[in-house]
This record gives sequence, C-alpha cells and structure tokens, in this order.
Amino acid sequence: MISWKKEMDLNKSQRNNRKLDGPINILGIETSCDETSVAVVQDGERILSNVISSQIDIHKRFGGVVPEVASRKHVEGINFILQEALEKADLKLDDIHAIAVTYGPGLIGALLVGIAAAKAIAFAKRIPLIGVHHIAGHIYANHLVKPLQYPLIALVVSGGHTELVYMEDHLQFEVLGQTRDDAAGEAYDKVARAIQLPYPGGPHIDRLAQKGIPSIPLPRALMDDSFDFSFSGLKSAVVNKLHNAEQKGETLNKEDVAASFQESVVDVLVTKTIRAVDEKRVKHVILAGGVAANQGLRSRLKEKSVELGFDLTIPPLALCTDNAAMIASVGYFSYLKGDWSDLDLNGIAGLPLPKDK
Amino acid sequence: MKILAIDTSTSVMGVALLDENKVYAEVITNLKKNHSIRLMPIIDQLFHEVNWLPNDIDLIAVAKGPGSYTGVRIGVTTAKTFAWALHIPLVGVSTLEALAYEHYHFMGYISPIIDARRGQVYTGLYQSNDNRWENVGQDRIILLSDWVDVVREKKDKVLFIGDDVTLHREKIEQAMGEAAVFSYPAFQFPRPSIIGMLGEKRMESGKIDNTFDFTPAYLQLAEAEVKWLEKQKG
Ligand SMILES: [Zn+2]
Repeated sequence: MISWKKEMDLNKSQRNNRKLDGPINILGIETSCDETSVAVVQDGERILSNVISSQIDIHKRFGGVVPEVASRKHVEGINFILQEALEKADLKLDDIHAIAVTYGPGLIGALLVGIAAAKAIAFAKRIPLIGVHHIAGHIYANHLVKPLQYPLIALVVSGGHTELVYMEDHLQFEVLGQTRDDAAGEAYDKVARAIQLPYPGGPHIDRLAQKGIPSIPLPRALMDDSFDFSFSGLKSAVVNKLHNAEQKGETLNKEDVAASFQESVVDVLVTKTIRAVDEKRVKHVILAGGVAANQGLRSRLKEKSVELGFDLTIPPLALCTDNAAMIASVGYFSYLKGDWSDLDLNGIAGLPLPKDK
Repeated sequence: MKILAIDTSTSVMGVALLDENKVYAEVITNLKKNHSIRLMPIIDQLFHEVNWLPNDIDLIAVAKGPGSYTGVRIGVTTAKTFAWALHIPLVGVSTLEALAYEHYHFMGYISPIIDARRGQVYTGLYQSNDNRWENVGQDRIILLSDWVDVVREKKDKVLFIGDDVTLHREKIEQAMGEAAVFSYPAFQFPRPSIIGMLGEKRMESGKIDNTFDFTPAYLQLAEAEVKWLEKQKG
C-alpha cells in the first residue's frame, strides 16, 4: 500500500489535469478557543451544517476562558459534534472530499484537539487535510453570505484580534494594520469588568451605550498614518476616570461611560477602515469577528457605506463568532488551489496571516 | 484481529500494529518532542511498511493517561476520532498499567510511577496472582511520601518502574529499604504493543469504551477548577 502522503501527492497532481465534477463537500473543524464547532460546507458557500457547541457558561464563573478547561471540553465533545454535523448535512463521511481545520492563532491546547481529530479523519478516509488560518476563516464567513468581490478591505474585530486586511483575490491577504496591544474585544471585556458588568462584556457595553451619551472625553490612539490599533491606553483612561470620580465621591453614569468608550473604539476602527478604502480604492468592505455583532460599529459603518458609496457585508451573528463553516469555506479554496497540509501539521498559537496562501 | 495502539500520554510516544498475538511493528521514542507533529506521520509510515490500510483495523487501543494533559489529549483524540471514522471499537488502557505489565512475572507488587510535580506522583498497584493480572490499588495522584507509607503496609517486595522513578529513588529506598526493587532502563517506559495486547484482552471480555464519551484519565481537576471550588468553600 502506498502511504497517505504519497497518495495525496498523486491526488494533487491528477486533480490539476482533471475537471472537477459535482459539488465539493468540505468538513470544517474549529477548536481554537472555547467553541467546539464542526461544519459541512458545499463549494465554499453553501452551509449544509454548522454545529457550534459553546462553552461560555462553563467559563463564565472563571471570568474568562481557561485554556485547560477549554481543551478538556473539546475532547469530551468533538465526536458528538462531528456526528451531529454529518447527520444535519445528511451526508456520510464517504461524501466528504477534504478536512479543513483551524491551526492558529488560538489557544495551543485547544487547537491541538481539533488538529488531532482532523488528521485522524483525513488519514482514516484517505482524503486531503487542510490547515486554515483562523482570521482567514472570519473573513470567509462573509463568503457564506455573499460571494466576496475583490479587491476588498476586511475589518476583523473580536476578543482575540483586531486586524485590517486588504485582499486582491482569494486567499491573498495583506495585513495593513493590527493591534499593538489589546484586541478591541479584550478592551471591551476589561472595561466591562471595571464597571461591574458580567463576562463577556461586549454585548453589555453595546446595550448600555445605546442609552448613554458619549460625554466623557477619552483618547483615540494612533490616529496618524498608521493602520495599527492600540486599545490598552483607552482602557486605562476609562479605569482612571472611574477611579478619579470615586476618589471625589462621585459616580459616573455607567451608560455614559459605555457610550464614551464605545464611541472612541468605533471612531478609531471606522476612521482607519475608511482611510484604507480610500487608499486602496476598493468598493467592498467586509466586517468580521465577534465584535461585528456590535450595534454601534455596524450602524456607523452602514452610514459611511451609504455616504461614500461602497458595498458593506456584515455576516449574521451566528457567523460572526467562531464557527467551523467559515473554516470549511476557506478550506474549499485551498482545496481547489492544491494548498494541502501534511500529517505533521501543528497548532501555532501566534500564527501570522499568510501573505499569499 | 488487527490492532492499532497509540500512546502519547507522557514524554514517550509509541505506536504499534498487532495482529493475532503478533507484534508487526512498534515504534517508541522517549524524547520531549512534539507529539502533535510526529504522531500521524509515524502511523502513516508504519501502515505503509506493514502494508495495511486504515480500513483493515479492527480495534484501536490507546493510553488514556495519566500523564501530560496536552499529550494524552493528542493520542486520545486521534484514537477516538479514528475509531469513530471507521466504526470500529476503542479501548483505553491506563498508562500506569501498561508500564506495570512489562513486569508481569514479578513476584510481589508493582508500582508504576509517573512524576506529577510538587512531590506528587501518579501511581497505582498491580500484581499477577496465579497468572491472573490484577489492579490491586487504584490509579491515583498522591504525595510520594504518603505512597511509600501505603505500600510499606503490604509487607512484600514492591517493584517501582518508570523513567521518573530516578527522581524519587532516594526517598523510596530510605523509606522501604530492601523491600524496594527497581527496574532497568529498557523497561522504564510504557510499550504500545502492551497497550494493544491489553486492549485486545479487554475487548474479548466485552469491556470496550464508548467512543463518544471517552476522555483521558487526568486523575485531577484543572487547576482553575480546584481554585474555584476552594473559593466556593470560602
Ligand atoms: Zn475568532
């Protein structure tokens, strides 16, 4: 018998000379943080199933995601979720063409569970294995809503990342800017904690901000030519304002604090996105990542898209947060390109977005 | 019955292929190297050399721990997903038991040792009586100083086995004197072929594991859980 590796190499070279007939089903696996998710996506755009098992209730009592607890939960759940994803897609493992799996960035112990499962399936069923970058996944969540039109600017904001990405074509990522310290979502969680809101704080701040007035002056960092972000100074400024008020025996209105903080974050994110749109002359902007659910950010970007005349795509909530359908979507394009992984694929906690992958 | 046996629960990585009581291939490394990178390529290579296909496998046996949390998850996830994908049974074997079984013929008690830091060890007590292999002291995490008190009570020879025994050898000898027996370097790590054999025995006696529910034997809670529980008590 030839080895899996040889067989995949042969498959790849034969594929290039042959037209693909029929739909391509990719099974995606995502375990980079506290969601165990498995999905089946057809031709990179049609979701046949997208099962997401969130551990958020388990981590709430710790006030944040505990890596060891998350990894244990992934092992407990992975096979149930694999089974459910196939059943919901009404397919058998034999109908799957390739396995796509998140291999970074993320919590290393958590990533390794998904990767081990993906490799076992790829090897057992003798089908290709495809390692997918998590941020690429967030961007491709939009492809599941509406085909991506190039060139485009993607603003990816979540608990773990804040990145401004330019794309000229499929799988070609140019990171224009990223956070130099905290991710936007991380700043939300920290500010939420400072005003005694439960974890995760993002949705609570968003809700309060709708009712408050952005009356407290707060800094906007790095508003120079750079596309990089910085949110830790803003977070400290909020904490200082709260502290100073407390020392004077005053209490700041929580709603106004939330509104002022949100205003500052949205201001920086939108201003930089618009400048990137302008500089790169693109007509299509996509918003991705968990913070894409934020009403303040959504409505400001919508206003700007009408005012400046660019297309804006924002995925529905279920596709903003971590899910495997977005990983399978990227996997499809990597599959077509022959950009497959070997069985030595490893998890990489701080994986940078590949420039041309 | 064709068996694939996997162990990544400690710094040892082991893969074996067995059929009808014969070991066809066995690879063991005892290196602190990345199991995640190396496990599947070695499995692929062994299948190729033995000329088997994944479809030929009738049983997966895996070391379920205790040991390294991240390490054991790699082997267990690989094994249970492999079993799930091919609709074949899965059997988990204690890493400590696999370690002890190498000294099946030892007359006395066998205490396999895996270091668990801060003076603690993962251990258990095994023995073969009239050719019947028995687990006479449950796998556990315990302070080594407490453990020697437990086994001294047995008033019999106790064989300590495992790479990590060297870390505690002095203390064991002090506490147990002549009753403590030690193994040799070639027998200091769990062998995947033994995991496969023990797995087959379990299966024959109908003791297969549920592929879906199967999880590693960590033998202790995550640290954050312990702290949280302490806080609840106040
Ligand atoms: Zn994410």
